[in-house]
Amino acid sequence: MPASIDRDQVRRLIAEEGAQLVEVLPAKEFGEEHIVGAVNIPLKELDQRASRELDRDRPVIVYCNDYQ
Amino acid sequence: MGFRRVYDYVAGKKDWGSYGLPHAGTNVPARTAGDVARRDVPTCSLGDRLADVRERVRGAGWDTCIVINERRVVLGRLGRKALASETDASVEEAMTPGPSTVRPSIGAHALLERIRERKLTSLLVTTPDGRLVGLVRRGDLE
Repeated sequence: MPASIDRDQVRRLIAEEGAQLVEVLPAKEFGEEHIVGAVNIPLKELDQRASRELDRDRPVIVYCNDYQ
Repeated sequence: MGFRRVYDYVAGKKDWGSYGLPHAGTNVPARTAGDVARRDVPTCSLGDRLADVRERVRGAGWDTCIVINERRVVLGRLGRKALASETDASVEEAMTPGPSTVRPSIGAHALLERIRERKLTSLLVTTPDGRLVGLVRRGDLE
């Protein structure tokens, strides 16, 4: 289970540890609005695509719209 | 997922955008309140003397000053009239408390409409928890 983090922690992880931001919503929603620098891997495809598209040596931060 | 360090940004992209942090997409306005807000607007504290603030604000070429606490939460505003007054009141006595504010994510177009409807010359931009981002002046939008 991933650890929950807040906005300031997100910023710190990106700035200091090169964390990778991943929006797990469908592509349409990602296209409408996303955090700059994030990649889109919908939740259903995460297990399949993560190891191919993400760097294992860097932290990964997943997010969606809000508290869901 | 098989990754060692995975985190969940639970508050999500709505939280990010509402604080004026960089976000993009077809639904994101090209220019937002956060983009145009003047971050150099003068600030002061409740306990400051009005005379001291007046001198500093005029010297910086402004005619308004935002009253904040130690966490940059907006408490009030000193407008032209308050700053023009020659009394030796405190900031707390002279300020207008609880000024109207908008969030950084509001589009510049919608913001200008709101300013025109209310016949304002400027509007304060704050985060959802009330912290000062800056001041948008009508002239910067028109």
